[in-house]
Amino acid sequence: MARLTIDRAQKRFGSYLALDDVSIAVEDGEFLAVLGPSGCGKTTLLRQIAGFDKLDGGQIRIGDRLVSSAETHIPPEHRKLGIVFQSYALWPHMTVAENVAYGLTVAGVRDPERAKRVAAALDLVGLNGFAERRPGLLSGGQRQRVALARCLVTEPSLVLLDEPLANLDVHLRASMEEEFARFHERTGTTMVYITHDQAEAMALADRIAVMDRGRLLQLATPSLLYREPANVTVAGFIGEGMVLPATILSSPQAGRCKVGVLGVEAIVRCRPDQTVNNQARLCLRARDIGITAAGPGSVPATVERLSYQGGFFRMEARPGANQDMILHLDAAEPSPAQAGEPIHIAITDGWIIPESVSLDKAA
Amino acid sequence: MSLADPATLRTRVEETGLLWGLVGLVALLSLLPIGRLIVEGLAPGGQLSATALGKVMASPATWTATWNSLTTAIAGTILATLIGGTVALLATLTDIRARNAFTFCFVLPLMIAPQVTALAWLQLFGPSSTLLKLVGMAPPLGSRNPLYSREGIILLLGLQYAPLVFLTLRAGLRALPKELIEAGLAAGAHPLTVLRTVVLPLMTPPLVAGIALCFVSSLGNFGIPAFLGIPGNFLVLPTLIYQRLAGLGPGVLSEVAILSLLIGVIAMAGILLQDLMLRRRDFRITTTSSAARPFELGRWRRPVEIGLWVFAILVLAMPFLGLLSTSLIPAFGVPLNAKTATLANYAYVLFEHAASKRAFVNSFLMSAGAATLIVLICVPLGYFIVWKKSRALRLLNLAAELPYAMPGVVLAIAAILLFLKPLPVLNVSLYNTVWIIVFAYLARFLVLGLRPVISGYLQIDRTLEEAAQIAGASLPRRLVTIIFPLVAPAAVAGALLVFLTAFNELTVSALLWSSGAETLGVVVFSFEQGGDSTYASALAAVTVIVTIGLMASTSLFAQKLPQGVLPWRD
Repeated sequence: MARLTIDRAQKRFGSYLALDDVSIAVEDGEFLAVLGPSGCGKTTLLRQIAGFDKLDGGQIRIGDRLVSSAETHIPPEHRKLGIVFQSYALWPHMTVAENVAYGLTVAGVRDPERAKRVAAALDLVGLNGFAERRPGLLSGGQRQRVALARCLVTEPSLVLLDEPLANLDVHLRASMEEEFARFHERTGTTMVYITHDQAEAMALADRIAVMDRGRLLQLATPSLLYREPANVTVAGFIGEGMVLPATILSSPQAGRCKVGVLGVEAIVRCRPDQTVNNQARLCLRARDIGITAAGPGSVPATVERLSYQGGFFRMEARPGANQDMILHLDAAEPSPAQAGEPIHIAITDGWIIPESVSLDKAA
Repeated sequence: MSLADPATLRTRVEETGLLWGLVGLVALLSLLPIGRLIVEGLAPGGQLSATALGKVMASPATWTATWNSLTTAIAGTILATLIGGTVALLATLTDIRARNAFTFCFVLPLMIAPQVTALAWLQLFGPSSTLLKLVGMAPPLGSRNPLYSREGIILLLGLQYAPLVFLTLRAGLRALPKELIEAGLAAGAHPLTVLRTVVLPLMTPPLVAGIALCFVSSLGNFGIPAFLGIPGNFLVLPTLIYQRLAGLGPGVLSEVAILSLLIGVIAMAGILLQDLMLRRRDFRITTTSSAARPFELGRWRRPVEIGLWVFAILVLAMPFLGLLSTSLIPAFGVPLNAKTATLANYAYVLFEHAASKRAFVNSFLMSAGAATLIVLICVPLGYFIVWKKSRALRLLNLAAELPYAMPGVVLAIAAILLFLKPLPVLNVSLYNTVWIIVFAYLARFLVLGLRPVISGYLQIDRTLEEAAQIAGASLPRRLVTIIFPLVAPAAVAGALLVFLTAFNELTVSALLWSSGAETLGVVVFSFEQGGDSTYASALAAVTVIVTIGLMASTSLFAQKLPQGVLPWRD
């Protein structure tokens, strides 16, 4: 078990800053997901932790050991960590058992100890009958399990997972997700899980680090990330948040304040130290708004489009007060209104995005 | 904390040691010989002097041979381009059947030694042609074999190297996205118009590359002008160098060094001209997609197929039958029939003639040894070039092309210059031993082994190596347990190319052989020069059979190979 400390990590490719002052402290035994769109720097970060690339600035420590800095570079083979690759990276010329045993052989573990540990690892991932098969003959899910067994068998203190489910069918993902969660629970190994799929990250991680354009945007628990995004980018990326200009009308009381938005007033959540100002931004989720009868607190809007989602509709509506804005909300079946028809929308909840330096930086 | 721990330090030493070892080795094999040759040209015998240069430049033989070299190489290249280009278009873009078999047959002449091709064609024509006698069409006795001429050399160069143009053009056509052709057709253009206005202009780079390759190969060819030119005293630069050196010994080394530099300069000019032609326009293809659907020939399909196969049989089977028929008669000039047919020539070259028996062992061991060593060099070399993106090795990768791009005599003369005196420090002489030939094979054919290995690396997912690295395996261990097994098919293909080329070569060994260190090419050549055409034919027939057998054996592991690694596989 080991802490992983990334301190102001920097990596350049030519003039492009692939990692820009990224600092993350992963606790011992924590399951951290690194989430972001492709090109956000999450894979670069993984390659830095693994030691495949050299760092240009900052430090990376595994436990107390400095493994990467501008001056020091411990090569990957001496970092004693495990990786599950997106492509599985199983060696096609070896059997499943040979694949799993490789790390032990390299470490000088001999039979019968080695055979025992290989069998135990295969058992753990439910592949004990497959030892003599070639990886080419296995299904995607089975290959993923072999890769996991290969990574576990040496009992690394830190395991990196690089989009391990990206190549699997949707129905297989759910069961593999469960497998990862169980595995983490059982071993207590520190895990860093790279993904672009927020559902995956939310389901698995203790905390999520959201990255964009080489920067760390927010590091928080999944619930906090969803409920209280720190900036506009996170708000828009996680849970398809809508960001609206708003005026704060009252100081926060019990974590809520009164705001003016789209020509109406609403009570929404905010930070306890939120200042009153007229340039705030409000993050709304689809479930924070709903169709209501016409009344004093309702926003008149026109339905733009309906798309059927199975059991309910996703409705896009243009509010009368701000024609540039599109709101989306869930509407029960049968749909209460058709495209082109007027509706009224009530704002029941929301989150004032705390204005901060990082907001300006990220924008 | 900037001090590395011992394990990290060991890793670093291992990796840099291996890298610089490879850099040194490639420099030794590619830059050193060429550098030594240039030094000899500037300062013959170690002293800056223009005497040798003046002597060579003043000799009319130099300029006759240069003129002959240029005319045969250019005309041979034109012929090869016409044949190879037409066949490549037909065989790649249309829906002819049995493409694989045809490719194999059409590319075969490239893999057969030029001197064997020359010998086979000589047996086909001429007053003593066993085959023509068989059908009663032999020219009257005393008439000259029409192949002993400039035109004969041009014809055979054209046939020998047509596959080179075929191969480069075919590779280009395969990379041509089908959308480009379909867009032309959709715009209403006739297929021939699309060919003229879309396909051919985009194919300029591979075509020009093929033509340049063909020119350099024709220029450096020794076997064909040696067999067809020397009897009629029609000399080209490689045969002039051979005659000078064979006749006068190493004393004229400075002069032949200058002659070989002259060929080198002409070859370079060809390559530079290619570069210049390609720089004028933008040929980049922006999209990538699957290969084009073949044009349907419709009712023309059968005639085209018949035409292609008749051509393949004419240039492949007929000369080989000529070779075979001569190898089966007891003495040159005797007609072949059920009574005269004999295997005595085979028995003689395989079991009796001492130099011939030795040559089998020598050629086999030297070719296999060179192939093995080249694979052992190329696997780590490819690793550093492709995956580690080592800049030093990328430059050396270009340098490694040099000994192969240069005509073989150039390298042979360079090797003589390097090893004429005993090696310093060790005080061992490689000159007049098999080792000078092995060195030349390593230098010349390194790139033949390297190219397939590099395309092999490009196809392998690097995470396979990274996974082993994460498991704690050091670079030497990763090379042995992970990387080598993964690139093995490509490496074996490369080794086979090296083996076949070395097994069939004459250009290098003609200048480097010594008694006891004969190669098959040398023995076939001396049989023919001594008038023993029957022995020469028997020996040549055996090498052809070995070559075809090895080529065919590759179908056993062809599925594991990157496309285009083996020239004779479609």
